[in-house]
Amino acid sequence: MTTSTKTPIQAPPQRVKTGSLLSRLTRHQIFIPIAALLILVVFNLIADPSFFTISLDHNSAGNPVLSGYLITILDNASELVILAIGMTLVTAASGGQDISVGAAIAIGGSVVLRVLCGTDSRPEVLHAPIIVAFLVCCLVSMLFGAFNGVLVAYFKIQPMVATLILFTAGRSIAAWINNNELPIISDATFGYFGNFIPGIPIPTPVFIAVVCMIVIAAVLKFTNLGLYTQSVGINAHSSRLNGIDPAFIKFITYVIMGLCVAVAGFIKVSRFSTINYSVVAKDIEMDAILAVALGGSALSGGKFNMTASILGAYVIQFLTTTLFKFNVVSSALPAYKAVVVILLVVLSAPVVRERLGILARRFSPAKPAKEVG
Amino acid sequence: MPTANIVTAGKTPRLKSRGGISDTNLLLLITISVFIAMYICAILFLGSGFLKPQTFFNILNENASLIILSCGMSIVMITGGIDISVGTLTALVCMSSAVHLDYQGGSVLTSLLLALGIGLAFGIVQGFLIAYLEIQPFIVTLAGMFFAKGMTTIVNATQFNVENEAFRALKATRLYVPGMGSVNKLGAYVPAYVEIGVVVAVVTAILLFCLLRWTRLGRNFYAVGGNTQSANMLGINVKRTKFMAYLLCGLLAGIGGFVYFLHVGSGSPSHASGAEMNAIASSIIGGTMLTGGVGNIAGTFFGVLSLSTIKNIVSSLGLDEAWWTNITVAAMICLFLVIQSVVLLRKNKSKQ
Repeated sequence: MTTSTKTPIQAPPQRVKTGSLLSRLTRHQIFIPIAALLILVVFNLIADPSFFTISLDHNSAGNPVLSGYLITILDNASELVILAIGMTLVTAASGGQDISVGAAIAIGGSVVLRVLCGTDSRPEVLHAPIIVAFLVCCLVSMLFGAFNGVLVAYFKIQPMVATLILFTAGRSIAAWINNNELPIISDATFGYFGNFIPGIPIPTPVFIAVVCMIVIAAVLKFTNLGLYTQSVGINAHSSRLNGIDPAFIKFITYVIMGLCVAVAGFIKVSRFSTINYSVVAKDIEMDAILAVALGGSALSGGKFNMTASILGAYVIQFLTTTLFKFNVVSSALPAYKAVVVILLVVLSAPVVRERLGILARRFSPAKPAKEVG
Repeated sequence: MPTANIVTAGKTPRLKSRGGISDTNLLLLITISVFIAMYICAILFLGSGFLKPQTFFNILNENASLIILSCGMSIVMITGGIDISVGTLTALVCMSSAVHLDYQGGSVLTSLLLALGIGLAFGIVQGFLIAYLEIQPFIVTLAGMFFAKGMTTIVNATQFNVENEAFRALKATRLYVPGMGSVNKLGAYVPAYVEIGVVVAVVTAILLFCLLRWTRLGRNFYAVGGNTQSANMLGINVKRTKFMAYLLCGLLAGIGGFVYFLHVGSGSPSHASGAEMNAIASSIIGGTMLTGGVGNIAGTFFGVLSLSTIKNIVSSLGLDEAWWTNITVAAMICLFLVIQSVVLLRKNKSKQ
């Protein structure tokens, strides 16, 4: 049996062979989200195997659509995946998280509706092509991202506190953009982006999320963005000495975050063809941060693993859908997720890791483990 | 102890010889002048409503719990951390106390103890995770915030008013302020009053002011926030100090939650929503630096007053929608953050 695992790194020779495979597996960053996913899958399999059935139905318009919990998870996770991409970059570069994404989605969605509806809250025809609305939404969201970026990068304010401003004001600004009205779009083509395109049984947001993943993979592969964000996150001062402008890199990650928010907001508003400013994308910032934490990227900045974050986002949605299935009211969801977050961060805390490592290595309780202060 | 004395003695003249005033005093000065300027503007442009003493005391009545929450927040921020769980913790405390009073036949005293217990429990857990396990404060308290939010609805999902007699009597108690009052439209003299919560808030603020200024623990907060490494070298137990800060903040959130409960007299999942933002905003406006080491309870007190005054101004301008208030508050946070940032940059420049 050859041990051609996915980690091509050679194990240190002095290690015992039996322990090394396990420890190499568990130390790999993608291990935590996969393990969490497996736990959830097994749990659902035991509780109710029908969780995994997928059926081909027809919706009210007579088009074929796939339905089932798995499809729901893939579909609903799309926004979260897109946000997790931006959040990972922001976290890596600035060592903090953007907590304004939920409010920024409200702004983006509001802009889309404003462009499409004009001042008319129940338009018969769209006032502008959808692509124009999308581009304006991107522009506005990137501007707000740039606002956060300037505060973080150039005024050197802690990311979470800087984004607190938009977190407080965002939903109010969203309401203000549409004069506190709730426009409804009756045009069917607008709904394609959040639901189904006639004839294609897979929800459109899944495709959008996949496109975003491909784009970010290409960007990370062919540009220096990944390298630069990590080096700025690990040590801003030495990357400055190496000719990287840390402030600019931080700034650009927030602008990218803005772009991700725009795409997510567009999907969100297309799902319902309308918007509710105080509810849309509520608490999604928590989920996005959770996805990054679950992916094992250090929340204090530095190295990141985009695949793990994306996988983390799907795990979060899996957890949410599972909780919903067991009739947990949506307002009580945060309590359960908070417990998961705490467990995760406690397990990944350096102090705890060190102790666990000592415990695992010695394994004999007779020897008192002596920690380094 | 002698070491600490030498350090403080050496520090003061150096600050003075640089020709400026210390950051704490500069930010405090800005805050107080902004508050006074704002209040004078309100009196000048918005009529005599703001001249009545009761208007001022109503600001206190409305914000008694916010003052307590902000004091806790300031302490945590002085140590260089942050606690964003206090808002939803207030809601949880309210709801638990209300349920305890009405459905479980508890007395006011036991519900007060329950409130303090919940606050203390949050403080201990969060403090332990942050201080001893060295997890980022924001993540821990974000989880705490969501935990409290979820727990509130688990305890009880709907809003209800408390009917307990003793509690209602306590809630209705008014303390008249001697020598203050105004003549109403009918020509009768109405003395100005404050609620019990205000007394609690003011006493808490004074106690904390003394704690920060004259006790060893209080000075340790500043030392840890100013420079963790130096504090460690001075022999300060950094972990314990941080732990104490979060413990105090949790306890104060318990007290603040009960004061809020005393003010509104009901339990609801939507209570005190955004209170953590207001508390942070008040602390920032009051001159507490996010980077730690700089701050003052007196400033925080004026920060709360400034924030509430501007809210009052916004609503009396006729812009009554909740979103205008939010936007104004955000703009104020932004302004003061930038001021702080400039102060910090100036300080760094003068060092070089």
